[in-house]
Amino acid sequence: MSEGRIRVLIAKPGLDGHDRGAKVLARAMRDAGFEVIYTGLRQTPDQIVSAAVQEDVDVIGLSILSGAHNHLFPRIMQLLEEAGAEHILVIAGGVIPEEDIPALEKLGVSRVFTPGTPTSEAIGFIRERVGA
Amino acid sequence: MFDEKKLREIEEQKRKWEEGPVAKTIGRFPEMKEEFTTLSGYPVERTYTPEHIADIDYEKDLGFPGEFPFTRGAQPTMYRGRLWTMRQYAGFGSAEESNARYKYLLEQGQTGLSVAFDLPTQIGYDSDEPISAGEVGKVGVAIDSVRDVQTLFDGIPLDKVSTSMTINAPASILLAMYVAIGEQGGHGPDALSGTIQNDILKEYVARGTYIFPPEPSMRLITDIFAYCSQHMPNFNTISISGYHMREAGCTAAQEVGFTLANAIAYVDAAVEAGLEVDSFAPRLSFFFAAQSDLLEEVAKFRAARRLWARIMRERYGASDKSARLRFHTQTAGCTLTAQQPDNNIVRVTLQALAAVLGGTQSLHTNSRDEALALPTEDSVRIALRTQQILAHESGVADTVDPLAGSFYVERLTDDVEEAAREYIREIDDRGGAPAAIEEGYIQRQIQESAYDHQKAVESEERVVVGVNRFRTEEKKAWDLLRVDPAIEERQREKLENLKASRDAARVETALEELAGAASTDANLMHPILEAVRSEATLGEISGAMRSVFGEYRAPIVL
Amino acid sequence: MERCEIDAMISGIRDNRPGTLARAISMIEDEEPDSAHLLEGLHPFTGGSHVVGITGPPGSGKSTLTDRITKHLRKRSKSVGVVAVDPTSPFSGGALLGDRTRMGDLATDPEVFIRSMGTRGSLGGLSRAVYGAIKVLEAAAKDVILVETVGVGQSEVDIARVADTVVVVFVPGLGDDVQAIKAGITEIGDLLVVNKADLPGASRVESVLESTLNLAPPREEPAPKIASASAERDEGVEELLDLIEEHRNLARESGLLELRRRMRARAEITAILARRVSRHTEGYLSDGDNGWYRRLTRGEVSPGELAEELWSKLLGQESEG
Repeated sequence: MSEGRIRVLIAKPGLDGHDRGAKVLARAMRDAGFEVIYTGLRQTPDQIVSAAVQEDVDVIGLSILSGAHNHLFPRIMQLLEEAGAEHILVIAGGVIPEEDIPALEKLGVSRVFTPGTPTSEAIGFIRERVGA
Repeated sequence: MFDEKKLREIEEQKRKWEEGPVAKTIGRFPEMKEEFTTLSGYPVERTYTPEHIADIDYEKDLGFPGEFPFTRGAQPTMYRGRLWTMRQYAGFGSAEESNARYKYLLEQGQTGLSVAFDLPTQIGYDSDEPISAGEVGKVGVAIDSVRDVQTLFDGIPLDKVSTSMTINAPASILLAMYVAIGEQGGHGPDALSGTIQNDILKEYVARGTYIFPPEPSMRLITDIFAYCSQHMPNFNTISISGYHMREAGCTAAQEVGFTLANAIAYVDAAVEAGLEVDSFAPRLSFFFAAQSDLLEEVAKFRAARRLWARIMRERYGASDKSARLRFHTQTAGCTLTAQQPDNNIVRVTLQALAAVLGGTQSLHTNSRDEALALPTEDSVRIALRTQQILAHESGVADTVDPLAGSFYVERLTDDVEEAAREYIREIDDRGGAPAAIEEGYIQRQIQESAYDHQKAVESEERVVVGVNRFRTEEKKAWDLLRVDPAIEERQREKLENLKASRDAARVETALEELAGAASTDANLMHPILEAVRSEATLGEISGAMRSVFGEYRAPIVL
Repeated sequence: MERCEIDAMISGIRDNRPGTLARAISMIEDEEPDSAHLLEGLHPFTGGSHVVGITGPPGSGKSTLTDRITKHLRKRSKSVGVVAVDPTSPFSGGALLGDRTRMGDLATDPEVFIRSMGTRGSLGGLSRAVYGAIKVLEAAAKDVILVETVGVGQSEVDIARVADTVVVVFVPGLGDDVQAIKAGITEIGDLLVVNKADLPGASRVESVLESTLNLAPPREEPAPKIASASAERDEGVEELLDLIEEHRNLARESGLLELRRRMRARAEITAILARRVSRHTEGYLSDGDNGWYRRLTRGEVSPGELAEELWSKLLGQESEG
């Protein structure tokens, strides 16, 4: 009998300090029964990937509002691959223009949630993709 | 404002009205909700009557505009004398591009500048440092040295335009750069007017661009107070900001309470450092959000003015000039939706109206596309036009404090003031704002409110048009502003040129002297000015202070 | 999982491969059937690390202290494993684990492995998971393993008390210093640290601790030592680390270490058993339809008899399985 619980790493890459969305989502996920590891601000791609590996998470949620996603996300995806952790589902949220999304998805980001998305939608998406 | 007898009569009539017509109407058409609340969650009654303001004393609680306790406004004639400053927060990419945007805004009738810096600048890193990668020029203009600041204000008359700079941890450095380019253009520091945000406490709480621990950060702030009180009489030395805490999710009363608690901490620190209250307090300024609950926001602005005036008099025996709260307002970014972006124009209009009815001194109106990216020129123009329509067509600027005397607004003003006072009391009990922040009290309050709001939106208890109701299928490609990624390379080149052409020995001496002064209690503005003049970079100057002060690690409150 | 896969996992752990360590800890935490085999396989490689428990009330700055201790250990070229335990929400079963926020810059050091854990709440489950995680980190040859747990006095979350060296963190101003002392918390610590020593009231906490120790009945183990530190300012941490190492050396010589290890092994065995029993019985008792409660209310059985019945059933199943 496995008691596996969905584990999620919520990370804020880059220098952006706006963490309202990240924290609200973290709480909503906890209330949905997930184990949420929050990394805090100013995380480098290396820190995020190492933390995700050590914590053996099922999902990484990246929150960014500064516009640096096109620079930071490819690096994160590359490091995940190097660490043999491509199985981790990566989702993102924040101020990310619609036209950037296809390229991010091509990199392996499973879903980009734009402002106004209910937390229940992100949670539902994770449940559907990770199970449990 | 009504006598006892009259009040009793009104009370009696109200009872009859409730038992009669109201009960009958509700019998046929029930009200839409059991309880109506303001955006901040305060219960809202069916209607307000003179009873609700029976305990308000006109002379003591309201008074006249420009007079203590300033409930009705900071100046006697308000917008009849001079309109608020229309100040759009702007900046992106390089100093050249931002300079062009400023000139465009001034041509369009904007009356003051407001500079947005990129994140590396705000956290004291040069554009060529590894940690800056991807962030250069993104959320604001990239500044590495005084040369960039020169370019940024090229062709703009610094003695005529007031400049607001959203800069906190490295505020002293940017202020010094501004002074330095003023001097180069023949304007002494006393000729410059504007504002630096310089509010570190709310960075710890909500915005995140801190560098140093609280103690040296507070010292840098009081050094600026002291320097400006002698050299820059027209400069607002700080903009104590509730905006970001509100954006992070707190309520109207919390916004006032937390902001004023931070303000008290700054005043205390300056007094502790030996400054006379009336020497610096008149140059304190404030910055609030304008949210969508129009009347609650108007009440909030009025309550903030009154409460601050009372605090300054009660706690510090300050003069009326020191007790007068002046503030900048920005419409609430968190209400902007990515869905149906044009609706944002209407939201911004309502929020801007609240700011004007609340007596703001300056105003930034958000652009419709800011939930998607940085605003385009077209969007910024509409946002500015919104202010101009309010100013020139709506008539609301023609009389001072037009909502005074509204039973509802006066009641709410009183309630917001009392609730804010309660938060300040709570924070005092915890040893003041810095201690309450270290302990996570303020952050926790904000997060609770933010989470409650989110749940209310998801359960559709709160309607957000276009998001949880009245949705439409839309597939409109937006024309978005893009920051050219080549900016990073260009800044790197500029830095290389700078480092090759400046007097390296002078830079080194200046940085050593700054580090030396940092470990004494000398005013740091002077060594910072010298470092700026020597063309040391922002990263180098911050680095010299980092080496002495260390870096702050925020308590993360979950 | 095939035997060879478990062997591969064990060798991955011994090679200090972060992904394998992480996966192994999850297996144990999730009580995957293979985790028992894994733990068996790891056992021969355990016992070489210095296990340090760090415990104290919420807000005492444990994570910051853990972060600083780790950094000083790294300066001494020691490899470090950290297990940080935070409470699981009893309502949703989810948890917000925030200890890493204090340790962000340690994430990329290959000689540091940090793992956050929720208490999850099943009887014996947490203890089993933490002991398991310690084993994994021991097999990965971490020199020091820091186990950080919230709360004091509750045996379930108080795994820290069976560490080789137990550090209890106090802090001025929480108002619970005296409470904690009353609750006998001073008795479980080898080192009592007053953190945030720069705050007013720190010296009072220290003196309260001292007088409590003076009044305490004599015990076999050496009396706890009191230290003060300010983790935020990185003051007193070096000295604390000296005390931690000194404790370990003395404990080894005096036989205390042996005693602690025995206690830990006993606690681990108890936890495994408790978990095993509760997993069998929880299922039965949470099922409202099998009529046990009806029988109880009708007076057909007493709780004691029902327990006896379940016990026999359990023994029967065990001997079959």
